[in-house]
Amino acid sequence: MDSSQLFGITMIAYLLAAAFYLGLFLFKIERIGLIGMLLALGGAVVQTTAIGLRWHESYQMGIGHAPLTNMYESLVFFAWCTTCFSLALEFRFKTRIMGAFVMPCVAVAMAYASFSDRIDSKISPLIPALQSNWLIAHVVTCFIGYAAFAVAGGLGLMYLLKQTATYKKHNHTLAGSLPELMVLDDLIHKTIVFGFMWLSAGIITGAIWANEAWGTYWSWDPKETWSIITWFLYATTLHARFTRGWRGRRIAWLAILGFLAVFFTYFGVNFLLSGLHSYGSA
Amino acid sequence: MTTSKKNPILSLFASVQLALFLLFFLAATSIIGTVIPQNSPRAFYIEKYGQKTAQFFQLLDIPDMYNSWWFLGLLALFAINLTVCSLERIPQVFRTIRRDGLKVVPEQLTKFPLRHEIQIPEPFTLATEHVATLLKSQGWKARETDKNAGHLFFAEKGSWTRFGVYVVHCSILIILAGALIGSSAVARKILHDPQFAFKGSIMLPEGEVTDHIIAFKGGEHIDLGLQLRCDAFAIEYYPNGMPKTYRSRVTVIDNGQPVRTTDIEVNQPLTYKGVTFYQSSYQPYQNYRISLKKQGTGSETSATVTTAKQMDWPETGVSYGIVNRESQGEVTRRLKIWFTDNQGDPSIFWVNSNQEAAIERPSGTYLLTIRQMYATGLQATKDPGVWLVYGGCLLMLVGLFIAFFLSHRKIYVFIQPEEKGSRILFAGEANKNKVGFESKFSEFISKLEK
Repeated sequence: MDSSQLFGITMIAYLLAAAFYLGLFLFKIERIGLIGMLLALGGAVVQTTAIGLRWHESYQMGIGHAPLTNMYESLVFFAWCTTCFSLALEFRFKTRIMGAFVMPCVAVAMAYASFSDRIDSKISPLIPALQSNWLIAHVVTCFIGYAAFAVAGGLGLMYLLKQTATYKKHNHTLAGSLPELMVLDDLIHKTIVFGFMWLSAGIITGAIWANEAWGTYWSWDPKETWSIITWFLYATTLHARFTRGWRGRRIAWLAILGFLAVFFTYFGVNFLLSGLHSYGSA
Repeated sequence: MTTSKKNPILSLFASVQLALFLLFFLAATSIIGTVIPQNSPRAFYIEKYGQKTAQFFQLLDIPDMYNSWWFLGLLALFAINLTVCSLERIPQVFRTIRRDGLKVVPEQLTKFPLRHEIQIPEPFTLATEHVATLLKSQGWKARETDKNAGHLFFAEKGSWTRFGVYVVHCSILIILAGALIGSSAVARKILHDPQFAFKGSIMLPEGEVTDHIIAFKGGEHIDLGLQLRCDAFAIEYYPNGMPKTYRSRVTVIDNGQPVRTTDIEVNQPLTYKGVTFYQSSYQPYQNYRISLKKQGTGSETSATVTTAKQMDWPETGVSYGIVNRESQGEVTRRLKIWFTDNQGDPSIFWVNSNQEAAIERPSGTYLLTIRQMYATGLQATKDPGVWLVYGGCLLMLVGLFIAFFLSHRKIYVFIQPEEKGSRILFAGEANKNKVGFESKFSEFISKLEK
């Protein structure tokens, strides 16, 4: 058994989990949701093993490094972080339905990592720029932030659906199984706050690393710039809530907009713009 | 808010609306520089966007927008807004945390969103004692007073956490100050001391010494105040051909004395007296270093050689030279060597770079190694503000943690004697994480009910 087979199993588990969670949303049958949760949990366990195994394999190849160094590995790690964060939130706040809005995104990330022609899943040695202890600190902090923002975006979508349904008094239909608006609003806020903390840490570790490797902690490279744009956006969201009393719909939209910025920082920059972070694009 | 009426400019800078606008506007304008390539030569913009657009870009400093007057102006506005906003609100926070909880009127407590009333059989004095012990055992440092024929306890935790958000604001100002101190533009244009803070680079051939670097902005020479010698440069490759290590062995010469010899690699810079040297590039030279040994005699020599030039080794009567080479780009892979000891026909053969070749000659066996010479591209930075930036970053994380995850919690307990036993009114409030505090609050009451 090698890590790529385990990643394959993970992908199937996540795809099924997404399907079952969506089943819970559509048919409101508790048991379907439970199966979805168990699949996601099982997928996460297999994936944890797979990541550990891939790490080990790189050492056996004599080019040992944490599996966080190219687009394939980062997508896999994003899927892992997001699943773990989503499951933790599900257990803590009893919001199983959230999986219907998060796991499809995770499954797509895993499937894209496995099947896209643009993505090379080989373990390759580390180029000199990446040979640093800051690698793990930087990638892990960023991706915990990304995971939280992905979940916040999903929650934002849930809020808008629920609100539209409540407004049209269609509460008995689909949106009926969604949590109350107040609960969703509170969860969006909590996940954004959590993500903001980690994004800040991710930008800071990145800056320190850049200063070690390139002699400048900030060079307005597109990746850096987009990360600060994302930071500004969430800072705006938090201030609008704290000081202007923005709640509900507006914050839900900002959570979705924020995730689009995260998505662009992560993906768009690598594929559409050029810069120092180009090793993330293959 | 009486001051704001007097001074509209002050009230503008103290407003959150301006902060929201600036944050959003900074985010939106920052996109420009990620779409339009930065710091390219002027001709590039004319070719890509046309004469008129390029002129317009020039007007707005778009080719270097993050250092443009308007972007720096936005950042300055942001800093002023942050300062005024915080300064105006901090006194309010002081007033809030100095408010004496014991001055509360018991009727007000009945209107708190978080409150609970119980009746217990214990008489008034005993109940008061119980409450006092419980508060103490739960870590609440309570103050108390007699009030309205009853007894009031008040305790609070974490009032200082209300400053968390201002710690974050302050950290941003510290980071900006650090960036300003470390800016080479400020050192050059305002302090008129380019050596105070700079960023530049130098291409230093192996074996050579430099006492200056060339500034990134402006291109003038900046005196390092010391000398740096490149002893050797080497690239190592992985078996698949990817580069593994770029390494420069350098020696720092201070006051004419070699003081330190060390290797500089990517991610492993050298810092000496505030100047940090980074491995940033390299340049293969069309010069080669040849080392020669005569087997069994211990005599050896080495020399820097260019192509088509005859070299002599008088000790052994050997002459040699490079007659041809095979290169990939500027990197030489193989060289054709001409070698003779003036006994019989000369040897002419191909040898790979960095590989030892043995040459059998009538006068003995010679070992030859040839390697291409390089110049190492070093970046040199002096940034006296960097520790302020790092300190600000650390402070920001601490501040964010305080602002998001710690709260100011207050608890009031009002005890009144009744005909049989006593009546106790609990009230509490927290400025954040209200749900978490509610469960702590009911836990506290249930402990007393037991």
